[in-house]
Amino acid sequence: MFMRSSTAALAALFFASTAPLAQAAEKPTDPQIAHIAYTADTIDIEAAKLAIKKSKNKEVVDFAKDMERDHEAVNKQALDLVKKLKVTPEDNDTSKALAKAAKEERAKLAKLKGADFDKAYIENEVAYHKQVNGALETLLIPSASNAELKSLLETGLKIFQGHEQHAEHVAGMLK
Amino acid sequence: MRPLLLAPALALALGASPALAATIEVTIDKLVFSPVNVHAKVGDTIEWTNKDVLTHTATVKGGWDVMIAAKSKGKVTLKAAGAVDYFCRFHPNMKGHIEVAP
Repeated sequence: MFMRSSTAALAALFFASTAPLAQAAEKPTDPQIAHIAYTADTIDIEAAKLAIKKSKNKEVVDFAKDMERDHEAVNKQALDLVKKLKVTPEDNDTSKALAKAAKEERAKLAKLKGADFDKAYIENEVAYHKQVNGALETLLIPSASNAELKSLLETGLKIFQGHEQHAEHVAGMLK
Repeated sequence: MRPLLLAPALALALGASPALAATIEVTIDKLVFSPVNVHAKVGDTIEWTNKDVLTHTATVKGGWDVMIAAKSKGKVTLKAAGAVDYFCRFHPNMKGHIEVAP
């Protein structure tokens, strides 16, 4: 149930942030994009930590550890790049909405146990990566003006697409 | 398995040393195996060099599974002839192919 609502919330969020693309002035700036990317990564790390703590399923825990390891590596790379480019990540409405939706999702997951938790966590991972990939493809990558930032986001998209497939595989095993 | 066991025996029987096994290099950069298709012979080694900050694997479904740590290397010695498709377990959108000649 909450899966659908959280997906809808994310969809609404990205729709809201994609809609202003018609007006070029509204597209996110590089400092905002860096902040959104960092926020999106951190959200998945926190979800992974929760799963590592709560799940008893080896496949789910292994997947969560993979997510934690990859997203931490990506975040480190992103931080190194913004430092090199002397860009200060700037908080913005998309980052705020992402963080708010993630906090609600974590609260819902925290109440679940056992197989219910595992299923909800993995299904949310599929949905979350799908949504972030959509935002990367339609909004963040096209809006990025710095070539290195754009390249980092493009690699990020490949990583997240991989995670989405990995999550789908784990979801298939839980059924 | 059979070609592997037969090869040294044959070499002994013929009194000749077997052809030197080759090491074939494959690079992983930004989640891409390069070259994506390689040709090898039984006994050759595939060595992957991972330039990414992420750990990858080269995995054959129902077959070998090589862990290739971030900024590191991993290798496998090919023991059977035939074509194999491999992928990364952590990022299943990463795919490679090896044609192994006897």
